[in-house]
Amino acid sequence: MNFNSLKKNLKKEFSPKHQLKMAILGDTATQFLSTAIVGYAVEEAIKLDVYEAPYNQIALQFKNPMSDLHGFKPNYILIFEAETKLKDDFYKTPTEEKNSFAKQKIETVKEYSSIAKQLGATILYFNFCEVNDGVYGNYAAQYPESFIYQCRELNFELSKLASETTGFYLVDLLSQQNKYGINFIKDNQLLIQADMYFTLDFLPLIAKNVIDIIKVRLGDLKKCLILDLDNTTWGGIIGDDGINNIQIGGLGIGKAFTKLQYWAKELKNRGIILCVASKNTESIALEPFQQHQEMVLKEDDISVFMANWDNKVTNIQKIQEILNIGFDSMVFLDDNPFEREMVKQNLPLVTVPDLPENPAEYLDYVNSLNLFEAANVTQLDNKRTVQYKEEANRVKAKTYFDNEDAFLQSLAMTCKVEAISPFSLPRIAQLSLRSNQFNLRTIRFDEESLSNYSNNPNHKVISFSLKDKYGDYGLIAALFLEKRAEELFIENWIMSCRVLKRGMEKFTLNYLVEFAKSLGCSKIGGQYLATPKNALVKEHYKDLGFLANQADDSYWSLDIANYQPFEVQIQTTI
Amino acid sequence: MKTQLQIIEELNEIFTEVIDEGEVSLTPETTANDVDGWDSLNHIQIIYAVEKKYGFKFTLPEIQNLKNIGDLVNLIIEKSR
Repeated sequence: MNFNSLKKNLKKEFSPKHQLKMAILGDTATQFLSTAIVGYAVEEAIKLDVYEAPYNQIALQFKNPMSDLHGFKPNYILIFEAETKLKDDFYKTPTEEKNSFAKQKIETVKEYSSIAKQLGATILYFNFCEVNDGVYGNYAAQYPESFIYQCRELNFELSKLASETTGFYLVDLLSQQNKYGINFIKDNQLLIQADMYFTLDFLPLIAKNVIDIIKVRLGDLKKCLILDLDNTTWGGIIGDDGINNIQIGGLGIGKAFTKLQYWAKELKNRGIILCVASKNTESIALEPFQQHQEMVLKEDDISVFMANWDNKVTNIQKIQEILNIGFDSMVFLDDNPFEREMVKQNLPLVTVPDLPENPAEYLDYVNSLNLFEAANVTQLDNKRTVQYKEEANRVKAKTYFDNEDAFLQSLAMTCKVEAISPFSLPRIAQLSLRSNQFNLRTIRFDEESLSNYSNNPNHKVISFSLKDKYGDYGLIAALFLEKRAEELFIENWIMSCRVLKRGMEKFTLNYLVEFAKSLGCSKIGGQYLATPKNALVKEHYKDLGFLANQADDSYWSLDIANYQPFEVQIQTTI
Repeated sequence: MKTQLQIIEELNEIFTEVIDEGEVSLTPETTANDVDGWDSLNHIQIIYAVEKKYGFKFTLPEIQNLKNIGDLVNLIIEKSR
């Protein structure tokens, strides 16, 4: 993707999946940056309406409540301050204040952040490239009054600030500098000529980073990594070479595969589900996971293990059925171009990186694609592997029962229903960002917007956590409710697809009816807003006995006076 | 060695691609005022594209001294030697 093709995207007609407003503020000229970001957004079917502040007006735009920034009401405020301008400011700082330069700067950024919060906007802030100005040489790295020392401190303070502040995200420019080098990123000639910082070659890369952050916040994220085995997870072919001769760890080029395995394990610890799809005899393919001393990945790390002689497409479909997540949240790694092509053609939503031929390059290449962007990480995430393994066991158990009810009864399900709390808030926010299929109106809440929402006395947010004899699903559903006089309106109803077909929807409605009565409401209203992903719940309200509104059949209503509770196999717990 | 005419042909392609508002047809006498869409931002992209195409970088003074397409062509010939 080069800059000119991103620019051409601006003229393209397309039907946007999302529409957002972004203000772009910089202390250099940002026209090209803005073009690249808007153009890259088109690639992801996001329509960005941009307000580009006049050059070098960041403080003014924030602090003047009558400014265009305030009037624009953006969803996102992108701030790019260049390292070169930071240096100018540093040089103007009196000597005795130089060692507190970073601390002063971070206070300004905090001010921006709190104003953005009032505006209801999320900040995307570029951290700084680190360039030694040659005034103290190497010594600058340990001298607090040098520019590079203050710049590094500032970068670290920014990370701290972002980790503590909702609605503040860093665009990690520094990591790009570490990867590509300052000469690829910065254009000295353009800086002089047009006061622009980035090279045209780098702009598409940084635009991708910006859009990656936004995509995740729109719920578009990867949840699962599927690994091929032979020559992807280890070197050689287990069926031919045998357990003692596959290359992993110390043997041959084994280190290349060890690196990849360590990375996969870190992803797993973060909550990414690991699966295997391999053409092999299962018992042979499992052997290294169980017995090989130098294997980093163990049998327990893999949620779904598909080793058989079916084709990869079939196996990935099976994995999808068991996990019940979208194909577009899956990444498939395979060294074999033929297998990759087959998956790409048949399952176009699955991300299939074209691994380089050389295994030593695998990891850097995959990392360069930034596949596993995250908006937040909760403690819940690292339990996910266990949960999906439990699910695989349930699927097995299900085949032993002829009738669904007997099976559900055997699960001994219990559900905890709670009003939103500081504990559940981040989990509910995460569910609202992650769930696509069972999501009636696809309203996304991050932690901050959810907290604002639930502070309104007319709003009720209720969460549901489910357990059964195989394990704990955790928080799996939430209702966002608004009391509108006689009617309790369901602003959104979301549920994790892991708990489909367990009567959870009916259980939820039984509860909701009681809750509505306790508020003095006589009916419950809801709406289904179609997206490309939520066809699953198209008939949701109809199936639960709601009647369609005659004027607008996306709206549904349930009269609760004569409501007969559904029979369910779920007990309520406290 | 490329002739002036060949280089102008190649520049026509670059200009057309970058400005993206239809076919551009340059002569040695053409200046920025003569071409719709040849503004300062497109100029930056054009210089970039020329540098990529011919495999060298212009210096700031070189760019400053350009008055028309003829100057640019001559500079390209000179730097290609």
